[in-house]
Amino acid sequence: MKLRPKEPPSSELTPEKLYLRRREWLKQAGLFVGASAVWGGSLVALMNRGAADPPDVEVPVGPDPLAGRARAEPPADFDTDEPRTPFEKVTTHNNYYELGLRKTDPARHAGSLRTRPWTLEVGGELARPRRLDLDEVLGWFALEERVYRMRCVEAWSMVIPWLGFPLGALVKRLEPTSRARYVELTTLMDPEQLPGQRDDVLPWPYVEALRMDEAMHPLTLLAVGLYGRALPGQNGAPLRLVVPWKYGFKGVKSIVRLRLVEEWPRTTWNEAAPDEYGFYANVNPAVDHPRWSQASERRIGESGRRPTLPFIGYAEHVAGLYADLDLRRHF
Amino acid sequence: MANPRSWLEPAVVAGSLAPFVLLGVRALGGTLGADPVAELLNQLGLVTLVFLVASLACTPLKILLGWKWPIAVRRTLGLFAFFSALAHFLVYLVLDRELALGAVVADVTERPFVTVGFAALVVLVPLAVTSTKRALQRLGPRRWRWLHRLAYVAGVLGVVHFFIRVKKDTTEPLVYGAVLGLLFAVRLGDAVQKQLRQRAARRRTLS
Repeated sequence: MKLRPKEPPSSELTPEKLYLRRREWLKQAGLFVGASAVWGGSLVALMNRGAADPPDVEVPVGPDPLAGRARAEPPADFDTDEPRTPFEKVTTHNNYYELGLRKTDPARHAGSLRTRPWTLEVGGELARPRRLDLDEVLGWFALEERVYRMRCVEAWSMVIPWLGFPLGALVKRLEPTSRARYVELTTLMDPEQLPGQRDDVLPWPYVEALRMDEAMHPLTLLAVGLYGRALPGQNGAPLRLVVPWKYGFKGVKSIVRLRLVEEWPRTTWNEAAPDEYGFYANVNPAVDHPRWSQASERRIGESGRRPTLPFIGYAEHVAGLYADLDLRRHF
Repeated sequence: MANPRSWLEPAVVAGSLAPFVLLGVRALGGTLGADPVAELLNQLGLVTLVFLVASLACTPLKILLGWKWPIAVRRTLGLFAFFSALAHFLVYLVLDRELALGAVVADVTERPFVTVGFAALVVLVPLAVTSTKRALQRLGPRRWRWLHRLAYVAGVLGVVHFFIRVKKDTTEPLVYGAVLGLLFAVRLGDAVQKQLRQRAARRRTLS
């Protein structure tokens, strides 16, 4: 005779009611976890749409296109001794719509930009219109490190050690004709390398311009590097304009064309929204953007706000350029 | 058996806490990016709009699909919209403006986009205050419903606030505006239908 295992005493059996309640409880717990994950996940996905954690910047190593280039001492009174904005902030907080609309997009997408070989086309009112190789141009000038404040029209600012040469030195070398009144600079037009150009948020390519006296001012820089090395793509490699007393959008990036012209050139943001972005775009705490105040700024890396200085502190050098101009009207 | 969907509301509460947990973790870990205050403002503003649109989607879902469960979480979503709007404002007040009340007053009165955003928050206050069962009883369902239609006003103000805050990248605010418009159209269509039905019924009783 086979022995059947002994059944547990009835006192140890789980009552059917409890047993069913446990199953119900497990089901409800499962539904709770599932539903909260779906809803919470959807919210987080909407938040992260293209702008999750800041991208890791590759701290550049290895050979640098600027290695071995001659260096020169910059004019002493141009530099600021305010603390420099850290490299990873300068390279992950960029407005470069051609590489994406969000601040962290350009750092993510800059890999598509090929910065060598690079041709700069020079033309218009100058002695000899031609195409120049960027490395040939770099051979003409010693590079200077300039530590400049940069003020964005969106009311934030940074302190950036640029590496470059004065735009004025290049313009002079190109021998302007007597009719040259403006310098017009244009960004590369190539949606393969600058995929944001497939999106018509702005009329591409990006164009900026300066009056001749602004372009010749010794503060005005054509930058090819920052923090001692070649510019990262997101900062406008390989050649960009830096005009420290103006809002950052004047600083046209990845320049492929320089033209000296007689007529007032159309510039991108000014054309897109003339009542919001003036041609001059001088930093001016007294003239607000129609939608926000320009009286103060947030220095990236600091908490709180600091008051914005006229021409963001470069008034002693450049206010004279605008002595006969009503800066409220010509903002 | 108790409420068959007793898991639903706690799940919505837990899910709705996710954005705040995420922002908290990122703040503590220092991964809010180069401009952490702007990141907090942008994310809290966006989340407010999502909560608001979600709470306004509950009734249209019931109208269109006959689902009753969204109504059970409508209040929770609305309250989350209010709390994230408040958090958004507090970040602006404390971290951005550092309690400089003069600057805040100037912003609210002179900058259209701050004015509109502030108005949206103000509109949400009476809705949050009257979100309890007791307030519903005290006001009576008719008046309560009228008052809570202000949620649409807050939604429109929120979208406008978003739209005039961006520079040229207007796609996202336009998408939220379109969703809001769609939800409003469902409500409007439903109201018109009800009116017609009532009128037809009245005619029938008259003849």
